[in-house]
Amino acid sequence: MLAYIVRRVWQMVPTLFGVMLLLFVLFNWVGGDPSYILAGKNLSAEALAGIRQQLGLDLPLPQQFLIFVKQVLTLDFGTSWSTQQPVSTLLHSRIGPSLLLTGSILLLGTVLAIGIAALVAYLRGSLTDRLVTLIATCAMSVSALVYIIAGQYWLAFKGGWFPIMGWSDSTLDNLLHYLPLPLLLGVIVGLAPDIRFYRSCFVEELGHDYVRTARAKGLSEPVIMLKHVLRNAMIPVVTSLMMSLPYLMMGAMLLETFFGIPGMGKEVVMAVERSDFPVIKAITIYIALATMLFNLLTDIIYKLIDPRVQLH
Amino acid sequence: MPHSASPPPAAPHPHNSLTRIGWRRLRRDRVGFAALCIVGAYLLLALAAWSGLLASHWQDEVAHPYAPPTLFAGTAPHHLELSAADIDAADRRATSAAAQDGSGATGLSADEDPLAADLAAAEQQSAQYRGAEQARADSLPLGADQRGRDVLQKLLQGSATSLQVGIAGALLALAIGTVLGALSGYFGGLLDDALMWGYSVFTSVPDMLLLLAFAAVSGRGIGTVVLVMAFTSWTGTFRLMRAEFIKHKGRDYVRAADAIGAGHGRRMFHHILPNVGHLLLVQFSMLTVALIKYEAILSFLGFGVGVTQVSWGAMLAEAPAELLQGYWWQMLAVTLCMSLLVTAFSLLADSLRDALDPKVK
Repeated sequence: MLAYIVRRVWQMVPTLFGVMLLLFVLFNWVGGDPSYILAGKNLSAEALAGIRQQLGLDLPLPQQFLIFVKQVLTLDFGTSWSTQQPVSTLLHSRIGPSLLLTGSILLLGTVLAIGIAALVAYLRGSLTDRLVTLIATCAMSVSALVYIIAGQYWLAFKGGWFPIMGWSDSTLDNLLHYLPLPLLLGVIVGLAPDIRFYRSCFVEELGHDYVRTARAKGLSEPVIMLKHVLRNAMIPVVTSLMMSLPYLMMGAMLLETFFGIPGMGKEVVMAVERSDFPVIKAITIYIALATMLFNLLTDIIYKLIDPRVQLH
Repeated sequence: MPHSASPPPAAPHPHNSLTRIGWRRLRRDRVGFAALCIVGAYLLLALAAWSGLLASHWQDEVAHPYAPPTLFAGTAPHHLELSAADIDAADRRATSAAAQDGSGATGLSADEDPLAADLAAAEQQSAQYRGAEQARADSLPLGADQRGRDVLQKLLQGSATSLQVGIAGALLALAIGTVLGALSGYFGGLLDDALMWGYSVFTSVPDMLLLLAFAAVSGRGIGTVVLVMAFTSWTGTFRLMRAEFIKHKGRDYVRAADAIGAGHGRRMFHHILPNVGHLLLVQFSMLTVALIKYEAILSFLGFGVGVTQVSWGAMLAEAPAELLQGYWWQMLAVTLCMSLLVTAFSLLADSLRDALDPKVK
């Protein structure tokens, strides 16, 4: 096991190098010269030269790349171009709200989706099943934007049941006042595709021989569903869950933008608007690292829930 | 021993290719066929809008701002009509009154006001371009937006843009994914390692973040959005095609092609590709749906199509401000139009998957 983990971590090195190369090509080559943006209205040859020197843009490209590699290795991405804050402190203050929002959406959404999916899979072919599938198909076709715009308008502005937007410094206040509406909308947006996917996982398992054997030996239906089928259907469910974990760090970008939640997603959007390259680069590196770690974790969890899986 | 009776000459066997079987199955699948018709209708409308036959005047301000849909002409929220022309007129009245006092709007005389000359010149210039005031409608089939543009025309033009972005992006992504996947699966070895490395790099960053990173360094406009989307969404096709080419390259028919002297390129794209083409068709419909949704989000955030173009996302971007004032029609029209297409495309993908599955007889 340990040897496996060490090997997998070692394999992340070239991938991380590739991500760095991609970002470098994008922002230092395709992106053009950012000093014109930074100089703003005080455009003078000296100002431009000064900015270039400050950012290291007057150095040859290989040397610039080495600086970037050093930044990644020390996880010190310099200062934000727009606010002059150190990028690390900026991101440090953004990660909390994102984790709170996306974590609660993921938790509530998964529990609800698994419950409903198991129920309709058990009742497959019935009117309930067909109705749920139909509603889910229609619900999936509506853009996430529409849910958020409509929810914010009717539930917060017209209904007045929730604050329209905002975020506070106290976690309790956030949980009680500011979180519920984004949480609700996030769960609604994610629920339909999850139900459809989990239902197909459950239905596939229900057709297997071991289910028939369990019925033949007289087990009750709840025991079959919860003990036998659920455990076997967990593998695709865990995969899709682990795949969505990196998004946990990035937060629900649209929700954060609409509700003014100071998280990573909103930060990305603002950084793109302001051409704040260091922030985008830093967030991308962090998310890529998280994705690779979660992929490794997924494989280890496979091993734990399914003894048949061989790690190699 | 010679056969006494030669076998009866083979009847002219109907050409039963997978495409034809699939087409027959799709015709029988009522839901799938209806979905195909809807997608086809959208494509025709988009083509018409794109070629200028339809909705080419979507930018004309043909109605009063926020004119309601015809059916709801009486129920629209009351609003004070104050167009730019009204404000101009009020301004002009104020200025001319002030001018009679001998002082400009600023309280300065024409000689003292440093902007007076510029203003007069600007006035003349704008008078030159002021066209005849056209009659504005009180209501339109689907209502009007803030500037009095017809929502129906905008919707048609927006559908054309969104479809164009979705389809062009999906085709380009499919082309990149297929070529790289074919090379990787067919040749294996070092090339495969290198391409797999690229794959792992692109998949280690979530789609939306990658899209935004690309959008940060590129400009706006349809062409850019298509390129950005293709560069970020080729990975799924790549993995699918790589697996298929690994599976197919050792099959007998490919070895037979090798034996009659077909080159690598011919074996890859003339022999193997038609055998995996049905997977590409399914992949294409799924990618198009995904890209149409991405385009809406990108345009909403302002990183999508340019300001002189209209798409579903750009129209949705106007929705929050409109809703606040009670003008719901543009958002409803876009939502319905987009949902119908997305549902039809998803159902079509499901039906295609069933119809083209070679294992089902």
